[in-house]
Order: sequence, then C-alpha cells, then structure tokens
Amino acid sequence: MSALEARLDEIKAEGRAALIGYLPVGYPSVDTSIAAMVAMVEAGVDIVEIGPPYSDPVLDGPVIQHAAATALQRGVRVDDTFTAVRAVADAGAQAVVMSYCNLMLSRGYARFAKDLREAGGAGVITPDLTPDTGQDWIEAARAEGIDTIFLAAPSTTRERMHMTVEASRGFVYATSLMGVTGARTSVGDAAAKVVTGAREAGAERVCVGLGVSTGKQAAEVATYADGVIVGSAFVKAMGDEGDLDALKIKVAELAAGVRGNA
Amino acid sequence: MTSSLQSAPGPFFGDFGGRFVPEALMPALDELTDAYEKARIDPAFTEELARLARDYTGRPSILTEVPRFAQHCGGATVWLKREDLNHSGSHKINNVLGQALLTKRLGKKRVIAETGAGQHGVATATAAALMDLDCVIYMGEEDTERQALNVARMRLLGAEVIPVATGTRTLRDAINEAFRDWVANVDTTNYIFGTAAGPHPFPAMVRDFQRVISVEAREQMLERGGLPDAVIACIGGGSNAIGSFDAFLDDDGVRLIGCEAAGEGVDTDRHAATLTGGRPGILHGSRSYILQDDEGQTLPSHSISAGLDYPGVGPEHTWLASIGRAEYWPVTDAAAMEAFRLLSRTEGILPAIESSHALAGAMTLGEELGPDATLLVTLSGRGDKDVEQAARWFDMLPGGDA
Repeated sequence: MSALEARLDEIKAEGRAALIGYLPVGYPSVDTSIAAMVAMVEAGVDIVEIGPPYSDPVLDGPVIQHAAATALQRGVRVDDTFTAVRAVADAGAQAVVMSYCNLMLSRGYARFAKDLREAGGAGVITPDLTPDTGQDWIEAARAEGIDTIFLAAPSTTRERMHMTVEASRGFVYATSLMGVTGARTSVGDAAAKVVTGAREAGAERVCVGLGVSTGKQAAEVATYADGVIVGSAFVKAMGDEGDLDALKIKVAELAAGVRGNA
Repeated sequence: MTSSLQSAPGPFFGDFGGRFVPEALMPALDELTDAYEKARIDPAFTEELARLARDYTGRPSILTEVPRFAQHCGGATVWLKREDLNHSGSHKINNVLGQALLTKRLGKKRVIAETGAGQHGVATATAAALMDLDCVIYMGEEDTERQALNVARMRLLGAEVIPVATGTRTLRDAINEAFRDWVANVDTTNYIFGTAAGPHPFPAMVRDFQRVISVEAREQMLERGGLPDAVIACIGGGSNAIGSFDAFLDDDGVRLIGCEAAGEGVDTDRHAATLTGGRPGILHGSRSYILQDDEGQTLPSHSISAGLDYPGVGPEHTWLASIGRAEYWPVTDAAAMEAFRLLSRTEGILPAIESSHALAGAMTLGEELGPDATLLVTLSGRGDKDVEQAARWFDMLPGGDA
C-alpha cells in the first residue's frame, strides 16, 4: 500500500472524506503559491494537488487558465513544482502533482518520477494521459514508487473503467461532469454514478473533482466518495493578490464540508 | 509483399501520432473511429461523398500549366493543382464534407470547428448549412482581425463565430477552446477537425478525405506525359500537403516537398516552421514535432499566413520526414509574398498566402533542377480573403502611400 493510500484509509477510519486542494505553482508568484499550499494544509486540506502551469491547458476553465497564464508570464519553471512538493511534504500533507503530459515528457518520464520521489511527492494526476496511451509513464512511475492517478469521466465505458481502475494507484479521480475545471452551481448525479462505476470495477479509493466549490457540495460528495477535490474555488479565493486569509476561510468551509458540517 | 506507404492507418505513424486526450473524450474518439471505419467501406457513404465532390465542390479540380510563372522557376514545367477553384475556395471542403456526412451518421446535430485563416471555418459553415447542422466556429481573436472578411462569410452562412481571446489569440488557442467545448458537449456535438493533426482518428481520416487531391493529380499528370519530378505543397498542420503526397508516396522518383512558414526567418523567434525548428512532444492530442521551450511549453508561432501560423504539425508528416520520404523547407513571409505577386501578375491567379509558400518552394526547386524538371504545385486556396493583407504588404491600399 502506498503512503497516499494509507493516508486515505486513515481519513476514512475517521468517518469522513479527504479534502484535496489544488493550486497552480507560481500564481500569483512562486513564493506566494507555496505559502498558500502550506496555508491550505494548516486550514484543513489533507492532500495538496500541485499544478505546474502549462501553455495549453485544454481541461481547464477560465479561472485556472488565467492563473496558469499569469504564472508562466512571471517565469514559473517546472523545477518550482518540486520545491512546492517538498514544502507540502514538510508541512505534513501528501503531495500529488497534476500535470499535462508534455511537461513530463519534455523532462523525461523517468526523471520526472525520480525528481518527484526525491522531493517527497506521492503521485501524479494526468489529465491528458490515459492508461492505454501512458504505458511508458506507468512503468517510469512504478519504478520510483510514484502513484499513477488516472481520470474516469461520466462518459467512461465499463471496459475503459476496468482499465483505468487497474492502472490507477493512490486513488481514481472521478470527474463529476463532462466539462472543464471551474465552479458549478450543482454537482449533479453524474459524479455518484462515476464513483459507483469505479467501485464496481474494483476501485478501493475514489475521489471526486470538477465543479465542487462550496461546503454544502463537499458534504454531499463526501457521502459517497473517499475524497473531494477542489481547485478553481481556492484559486479564485486567493486571487491575483494572493490573499491567504481568504483562502484559509474557503478551505475551512470545505474542510467542514468533508466532515459533514456544511 | 509490397510495403506501401500510402494510406497508413494510424493511430501511430512510426513514433508519432496516438491519442493523448482527457478520458472524457476517449469514448467519442472510439465512436468516431468506429463510425469512420464502417463508413469508408460503405458504398452508401462513399457514393454520397463522391456525388457531393462532383456536384457541389466541382471535382475533379483542374490542372493548370503556368508557363509565365515558370520562367521564375528556372524554366521548369510547372503545373498547379487548382484546389482554389473548389466551392468555398480551398481544399478544406474535401475534408469537411466527409466529416459532416459522418456527423449525420453519428446522429449528432451540432458541429464545432477551429479555424486559422478562416478557410476551414468557412468550409465547415458551408457544409453545416448544406446539411442542416448547428455550427460554432472558434477563431483566435488576432485571426478574426486579420481575416475579418471570412468571419463575415461564416456568419452569413449561419455559423456562430466565437473569437478566442486567451493565450496567443491564434489557431492554437482556437483548438484549445474547441476541445473544451467538445469535452462539455460531446453527447450532442461532433468536432470537425480541420487538419491532419490531433488525436487518432483525425490524422488518418483527414488524410483520407484529402487524398483525392493526389489521386486526381497523379492521373492527370500521367495523362499529360508522366509523373512530376516533385510535388510541392504548403504545410501548417498539413492537410493539403498530406492529401497532395499520399498517392505519390510509393513513386520513388517523385520528390515530396512541404513548405513550412518561416515567418521572419527560422533564425528568429518569429516563425512557424515546426519541422525545421521544433522537437518531439505532445500537443493537441498527438505526438509530433512542436515548437516548444526547454520545458515543453508551447512557443508562440508567427506567419503572415494565419492558416500556417501553428506551432505543431501533423504526425504523419513528422514520420515522413523521419524516414526521409518527404522534405520540409522553410519559406519566409517575404519569399511567399514575392511568389504571391508573381503568380498574380504572370498568370492572373490570386493565390492564398498559405499556398504562396508552396509557389515560393517551386521557385527555389525550379532553379535547382532547371528547365527539364516538371513540378506539380498544389494551389490549396484562393487569395480573395487575403486581398486586404496583400494590398497592405505591397502598399497598394488607396491613401496608403503617406
């Protein structure tokens, strides 16, 4: 069992879902983004999802696109991701990276996995790499003990769900809807169906992302998922000014949500 | 056993191609692949496509010999494959009619597309009007400005044009935005991809729909005495180039030359010559060459031609380059515009600025090979959409001489 899996099981034993918080590295600056990740851990995030900004983020909505573009303009580098991973690990939380695959390919899959392990990271979420096209990544990650976290969508077929669950380590990332990242007024019933489908295919740990932005939504998702993933709402709370107090308030709201206190 | 290079099926061409997309799109791409595999061998589909090609597009497109222009090509014999004469003004219609027919077979009512110069957007809007499909076109804001006439054409045809203001505000960002739309609306919507790039099945499928260019041209050349020494086409993503090359791939004596946009020069950072200045990576769903920095961030591209202003290239071209079957030459803005001027003045044919890159390649190759050579150049589109931009380049706008 990986460290990430053990942590998720520990949280489950507490009778709640995990809160997974996403922030892009370098927004609004490298130092502030890393301070924000540590602040999220202090405010109740269990697992930090760290995003190296990419020039062509096809699975991201306007909020994260803006953050990524701002970070790139200000000169963020992929190396900064590993600095952030180290800071999160030192703060006592599990650190996973969510990266578009060209950044990983450019560094080399083996080196990316090794650098992540050395920084204390647990796994990688790959939004544009699926198990059938990511076999060489899976081998590189296994060699370093890095969890491979793949996405399952409402459109995922039963056959593909089996493949996805089989190849995933840490958890399966269930996307709650068909669409890009960003807050939605309701999470809808598609998310529960994806989670059910993943569990039927043998997934032991399934976390839900896309569209969750309030404590109430988190509480609802926490009734059937092992973790709730929140990104755009945190990025928006922090804003261009890097307002860590506003971020902590938002994190506290979601942290209460995953404990059923919305 | 012969080992033909023609009509390679994908998803991989050598090390290039594949399908690197969010899981949410995988079932739709499987469904599209399956529908296409059935359609391509179904006479009901192929006969309908052939009928539209003949009665709507106006195929076969003619070959035109251009002797006065050829004087600027070392005196070689130069033939143009006239895709500019197709209905809607470019080769793009060949692909769009195929994909629009497939949309009907999939039972979907809405199509989306990206466009750079507007040629693919106009072709898609045209097919959508013909086949009663709702149509949304994503176009980079910078391109809507430099191709305003094509924006109006698409709107007149009933399409909604959405300017994309993110990133570099060009073709690449329009593709990103079209993918975002598709992820959210895949149940009702088919993505009519405009070039021979993107995730499988697009590179092979778009190639198949454009292959008619080389199938016709090869036959037409044989009727005129023999195969050409070289086939030359411009290349951005590479749909007209791969369509121009495919039927000639097994003719070892025929050189295949793709002319990339070198913008202000490949030694500057203002170009779009991906195979000359790029390296392997993954962009827009396939592994190919990309203009990218040392960390894998896509670099901004530049070309005077919006249709070639793209930092990627179709994976089959990268494969053909890697095995040495095709050559890819950089052609600058200035060289392309000189070819534009010459063809207009010597032959009375206004070429698209995209296609002018191929004409410039013919001028270079003709000088190299001399008067005994026969060159076949694909004129992928007409220059009506480029009149304002060309007139500005040559200082021909009224009052523009201040």
